[in-house]
Amino acid sequence: MADRETFVLGAVAYDPKVVTIWEGFKTYFARHGLPFDFVLYSNYERQVEEHLAGRLHAAWNSPLAWIRAVRMARATGKEVEAIAMRDSDQDLTSVIITRAASRIQTLADLKNKIVAVGALDSPQATMLPLHHLRLNDLTPEVDFAVQYNDLLGGKHGDHIGGEREAARALMNGKADAACIIDANHLFFVKEGTLPAGATRILAQTAPFDHCNFTVVKGASEDLIARFRELLLAMTYEDAEVRPLLDLEGLKAWREGRIEGYRALEAAIDEMKFYDEDGKILNPNYRY
Amino acid sequence: MMKMEKSSTRIIDIKELTFDSGAHLLINRALADTPIGETLGLRGRAAELAVHLRGWCRAQGHEIIWPGSTLDPVVAPTSTQRIKQQSTINRDSTTTTLDESPLVAWIVRGKAGTGRWLGAQRAGLAKANLGDAVVDLPPANWGLAARGATVEAGTPEFHFGLDTKASVWAENLPRLYAQAAAAQWDPATAINWTEAVNLSEEVETAVVQIMTYLIENETAALLVPAKFLAQIHPHFREAMQLLAIQVADEARHIEIFTRRALLRREELGLSTVSGQASLKTLVDEPDFTLASFLLAVLGEGTFLNLLWFLEQYAPDPLTRRVAQLAAQDEARHVAFGMAHLQYQIERDKRTLERLAAAINRRHDALSQTSGLNEEVFDALVILAAGEWTAEAIATGFAKVLRLQEEMDASRQTRLLRLGFAPDEAKALSALHTRNFM
Repeated sequence: MADRETFVLGAVAYDPKVVTIWEGFKTYFARHGLPFDFVLYSNYERQVEEHLAGRLHAAWNSPLAWIRAVRMARATGKEVEAIAMRDSDQDLTSVIITRAASRIQTLADLKNKIVAVGALDSPQATMLPLHHLRLNDLTPEVDFAVQYNDLLGGKHGDHIGGEREAARALMNGKADAACIIDANHLFFVKEGTLPAGATRILAQTAPFDHCNFTVVKGASEDLIARFRELLLAMTYEDAEVRPLLDLEGLKAWREGRIEGYRALEAAIDEMKFYDEDGKILNPNYRY
Repeated sequence: MMKMEKSSTRIIDIKELTFDSGAHLLINRALADTPIGETLGLRGRAAELAVHLRGWCRAQGHEIIWPGSTLDPVVAPTSTQRIKQQSTINRDSTTTTLDESPLVAWIVRGKAGTGRWLGAQRAGLAKANLGDAVVDLPPANWGLAARGATVEAGTPEFHFGLDTKASVWAENLPRLYAQAAAAQWDPATAINWTEAVNLSEEVETAVVQIMTYLIENETAALLVPAKFLAQIHPHFREAMQLLAIQVADEARHIEIFTRRALLRREELGLSTVSGQASLKTLVDEPDFTLASFLLAVLGEGTFLNLLWFLEQYAPDPLTRRVAQLAAQDEARHVAFGMAHLQYQIERDKRTLERLAAAINRRHDALSQTSGLNEEVFDALVILAAGEWTAEAIATGFAKVLRLQEEMDASRQTRLLRLGFAPDEAKALSALHTRNFM
């Protein structure tokens, strides 16, 4: 059981900056009277398991980890709650792009083609785009081949590398289309991975939400309420937290919401990634 | 419905412009005139505009209202008409009455852009001659910001050792810097290196020995300001710039003395223990004011007499010219040293005691060394003599003795100007290193 005095958060170390971010937030919480500590995991799967085993008060979860937490909690008679998220976690979309000069004009033209995606466990670069293609009557590995760029498994696509490799595969002709998050289309042009004007957006997924702070309902409620209160009180106008918010990629924390995870629920079931109890089904998943 | 009321602001049309070719500039320009929480309409034709706008707004902290959504301020045809009329009134230069692009989205301006600058500070004023332009104790977090810039709160702290105005400033610094910048010369063109130099072997050897000695001393004169340059808080911009030019001056001096020495020889002259021991006390001095005193006021000041001596008595025009050019620069170095010390002494009379103690300390440290090496002294005599006759050598010897008297007199003059009493100035000048620098 987690220490009653100190709020313990789990987070996944997908990048060295994660240490800077949480060390900074630790100072912020301590300054406001909340003893705070964090535990870093190399993958979301262990983080979810440890959280539900009672070793953390909250977990900074990817959307995929959130759904696994929902399912694992339900299987043991518990319930989880998304208490907060970044403003930048809301209403994201992913895009399926092709080369501008390609003959592919519609999604139907992807039949018998190769679609490059991100990591096997990336909601934004793999699961949701593939779900979008299913909605458009294209079944992965039946109607088209999926080329995975499976970098850093277990980090649920937080690492940008898989998407960058997918974009490169498109540009060097090893794939006919690539799936990336909306903002990365512009970013990859700016960094030079995609030449300006060399790609065309074929499709855009419906909006979805990304990470959230997940807690188990009924456990350490006062402590969690204080954490949430202090989190939501952080302001971009505060010079001390602003660099941390910049590193974490947000301007403001928002109340948690879960409507934006519905498409991912469907995608997980289509891919048979987790079962109803949150058990990992995909034999190729390495983390 | 509130949104409908608020939407009476502008709609801009960015036509075919894309985010990968600068769309954000026009949007930011229009948002700057949009109050926080109010909406800006965006028209455009680029195929990927809506996708990129979504990601961009997310990163900037602006919200988006998509046309046709429940929050769309333009939901009824009558409202559409109203908005169109208002957008005509507030029309931006990027819009035209004909051929309007389709509405892409409404952008609700977030507060992050302005929030970033709350608590920002202006770091003094750029022009040093304006009132409090240069502050006495600039904060560490002004860091590398240009003096006069607005510095975001939370900027990391830089710990510069010389971070007080009193420790580096001089009243006439901006003028000294301007003079220094204007007086730069190019070693390749300022000296006629093709000019014939046909000295006797002994006299050429004497010139090479003096050049070797000058290079060694100018190396100390380069390293000492370079060491302090990196410690000056950049708020004291003119001090930093002036020291940087001094370093560059010395680099040129080293070049021209080396080039003169190698004009007819493959090897340089001698470097002695006592010479380097004397210079080491300069290089090792950790206090900027004391180092300025020992190096600029006493050392380079004494060197001025030496360079003028060479300008007058050197046996060939080329050597006279290199001495003349170096002397011009050294005079400025002395001027800055004097101005800085006068600035400090005016604010703290006890500085004079510290300066006197520094001369005594250096004298004690060098008391066991022999001072100017014999080869340099003799070389100066030979130069001044010009020929190998008993009369000429005696004349040369007298000239070098007179040089040393002039050096002493000049030092005493500068010490008097700093505020030392005549007897103190005389005593302190006598304690200056026999190595000149």
